[in-house]
Amino acid sequence: MEYAFYIVALIALGISFWKDRIKTAQALRKAWGTFEMILPQLLGILLFTGLVLAFTNPEVISRIIGERSGWLGTLGAAVVGSLTLIPGFVALPMCALLIQNGAGYMQIGAFVSTLMMVGVVTFPMEKLYFGTKIALIRNGLAFLFSFLVALVIGWVHQG
Amino acid sequence: MVKQYLIKYKFFLLMIILWIGVYIGKPVLSIRSVELTVLNLRQMILVIPPIFVLLGLLDVWVPRQTMVRFLGEGSGVRGIVLSFVAGAVAAGPLYGAFPVAAVFLKKQATFRNVFIFIGAWSTIKVPMFLFEWQSLGWKFALTRLCLNIPGILLIAWVLDTLLKPEDRRWIRQQADDLSLR
Repeated sequence: MEYAFYIVALIALGISFWKDRIKTAQALRKAWGTFEMILPQLLGILLFTGLVLAFTNPEVISRIIGERSGWLGTLGAAVVGSLTLIPGFVALPMCALLIQNGAGYMQIGAFVSTLMMVGVVTFPMEKLYFGTKIALIRNGLAFLFSFLVALVIGWVHQG
Repeated sequence: MVKQYLIKYKFFLLMIILWIGVYIGKPVLSIRSVELTVLNLRQMILVIPPIFVLLGLLDVWVPRQTMVRFLGEGSGVRGIVLSFVAGAVAAGPLYGAFPVAAVFLKKQATFRNVFIFIGAWSTIKVPMFLFEWQSLGWKFALTRLCLNIPGILLIAWVLDTLLKPEDRRWIRQQADDLSLR
């Protein structure tokens, strides 16, 4: 499963090579060119994420989401979700654990939604492609939208 | 030449300075940062190279007319559905979506469809949905999915409406500059 993308890419590359070698070489050149162009951003994101994650370890996250309830807790959860860049396969089991330990569904809803939709760490890269205005508005709207998600998630889990 | 590289890598350099600061201030945290960065690097290596190879192939093999027909002006509801599907079958973190979006834009997909694609990639990926169902329950996962579909449409519509013609030109130009080489 982890290597699914590599397998798909290799198969596609194989078919392409079999059909047209020149086009395949061209595709690889383009792939490298694009990669090289965003490499500085990727490296920056990598270092930034490491730092942010070191400061917001699971204990800190659970303190913010777990203990405080209500809107303040939801706001805190949304902010943490926006700032961090944890792969879902790590974050979701952590959330399940937090719920078992008494965290509210509303807060977890805000955290999961902003974690996936809002990217403060990846902002420089989004800005590079879409400009400051669109990157700001998209993230802002996604942030606000996450509160609606949190509210409804909290509501359906009531009782 | 050197200046050019400094500008290109300014974000990265800033991060290195920040890292040095943290290392001096809180050495314990910097060790954790290194560990976490190695973990993230691994994830990046698993996802990024194949995405770029697929992008290169997409760029070379899919003609502009095909893209216009499926995701361009007049692609209508089918274009919207296709944008959702394209984003939902993806894997990997959100930053992988931007270069893909750029190739779509370069081939004249509409902005609305590209924003839908980014929204779908960010939050309704199929493997992640199944995993969410498993770890947080069907109520949680289904509620989020049902809200996200109209939410993504709404956000895409607002963004598309707010884009001025000069913004559109700039973004398409940027998409061209960032993917062509």
